[in-house]
Amino acid sequence: MHEPILEIRDLRKTYRGGVTALGGVDLTVNRGEIFALLGPNGAGKTTLIGAVCGLVRPTGGTITAFGHDLARDWRSARARIGLVPQELATDMFETVWRAVSYSQGLFGKPSNPAALEAILKSLSLWDKKDVQIRALSGGMKRRVLIAKALAHEPELLFLDEPTAGVDVELRKGMWEQIAALKERGVTIILTTHYIEEAEEMADRVGIIQGGRILMVDEKRAMMERLGTTEAVIDLAAPLAEVPPALAGFPVELAEGGTRLIYRGGNGEGKGRAEVAQLAQALTRAGIGFTSLDIHDSSLEDIFVGLLGHTAEAA
Amino acid sequence: MHFNLRSAYAIYRREMARAFRTAFQSILSPVLTTSLYFVVFGSVIGARMEPVGGVPYGAFIIPGLLMLTLLGETTSNASFGIYMPRFTGTIYELLSAPVGVAETLAGFVGAAATKGLILAAIILATARLFVPYEIAHPLLAAVYIMLVAASFALFGFILGVWADSFEKLGIIPMLILTPLTFLGGTFYSIRDLPAPWDAIALANPIAFLVSGLRYSFYGVSDVPIGVSLGLTLGFLTVCVIVIAVIFRTGWRLRD
Repeated sequence: MHEPILEIRDLRKTYRGGVTALGGVDLTVNRGEIFALLGPNGAGKTTLIGAVCGLVRPTGGTITAFGHDLARDWRSARARIGLVPQELATDMFETVWRAVSYSQGLFGKPSNPAALEAILKSLSLWDKKDVQIRALSGGMKRRVLIAKALAHEPELLFLDEPTAGVDVELRKGMWEQIAALKERGVTIILTTHYIEEAEEMADRVGIIQGGRILMVDEKRAMMERLGTTEAVIDLAAPLAEVPPALAGFPVELAEGGTRLIYRGGNGEGKGRAEVAQLAQALTRAGIGFTSLDIHDSSLEDIFVGLLGHTAEAA
Repeated sequence: MHFNLRSAYAIYRREMARAFRTAFQSILSPVLTTSLYFVVFGSVIGARMEPVGGVPYGAFIIPGLLMLTLLGETTSNASFGIYMPRFTGTIYELLSAPVGVAETLAGFVGAAATKGLILAAIILATARLFVPYEIAHPLLAAVYIMLVAASFALFGFILGVWADSFEKLGIIPMLILTPLTFLGGTFYSIRDLPAPWDAIALANPIAFLVSGLRYSFYGVSDVPIGVSLGLTLGFLTVCVIVIAVIFRTGWRLRD
């Protein structure tokens, strides 16, 4: 049973100067899930997060978090929401400990050093607690921002480009930390440029472009529905046309009949099974081949394809 | 009205920690500057001056010099307190927290006012090293200093929200507050000015503040103490209203 934790209806934002960042966004995020918001630069991801977290004043629409209307009952809702911003914005002269203590108090929580210690240890920051933030590496600073956002034990956490500018090893470490947060029951909404990140972690994915949500679906369902498999088979001898034995497969000839290309499947295994059947059909028909290369489309292929279609339609 | 004491205290504590971290700039620097004033105007030149309103000149200038430092430092402290988070982007945390105008003001302005009081105490102690003086109404002086510190901390907060550059941040204290304080009877009694300058001087609101503080010190003033108190309270009220409007509209805080 999905329990909505955040409901956004017809959310609009037009900045002074006339730029429309959000053009009527509808979105529901359920308790306990990791929701990835994908979109190109300027799509409206950060504005959407800002509107929920109180950094941006919407020009229309409603936002309901934990059943509270954010326009009226913002205190109750905000106390349960955490935000890790995209920019490394923190007081560089504060020590890590002071910074997280401040965040805990600012959100109205009583001082709880044990909870802060647990957070810092989980983010491998405990041994840096007395170090000024300016002396930390970029990756550590980002973890400090996460620690600050967790200091008031939010139930809903926004991560705006959490691994931007972070090296591959650290990025994987952060994915583990985000997965651990989900285990603790925290609902996570993340924006990212790294489709791989969404593919790795998200339960559901929303694609936003031009201030509108183009699609929201479970990651697996999206990949099943829009994903494809492509197989390239180099033939031992050229063919003039697709033989009748292969008529049931979505194939075409290329490279002067020396290459057979399969495009089909659903991104969830159907394509690979069909390619195996295709290879068997080729053998039965006595058609020799020298190589076979299979590629499943990634979420990135789907994302790029979807944005491409939208751009063409526009 | 909802008020989260923990949030206000968190802001207050952080602002105080910032002041102690920059103790030289926040405390030592104004103390040094004020000491120089006392050495030059209080001890050296003051020794050759006639008493003003029955008060020796060195003692006479203490309230004015205290006001000069108090206004400048309190305004700058409060304006930096809110401008820097805007400048560095760390204001996101304040804006996303369950914190309203009351907690924000209690935290930022309370800290700026506290710093003002500490500064006032240090300046008065420093002045004592150069000039002998007695405070006629110590309770009134303390209340008045707190009131002025709180008012100008609020004013500084508005300034910090309004400014979109470091230059603008420095313009008001440097080009308006300091000259008005100098011309507001810090070093002389407005009553001693020839007409029409005595009347013109009363168009300067800082003159009322200096006069009010001087009354609490020596029982002598250029304008009635009630007028000075009323003006300060009025200024404080206007600042609170402006800040409430800023929070309601999100002006320069929220996009």
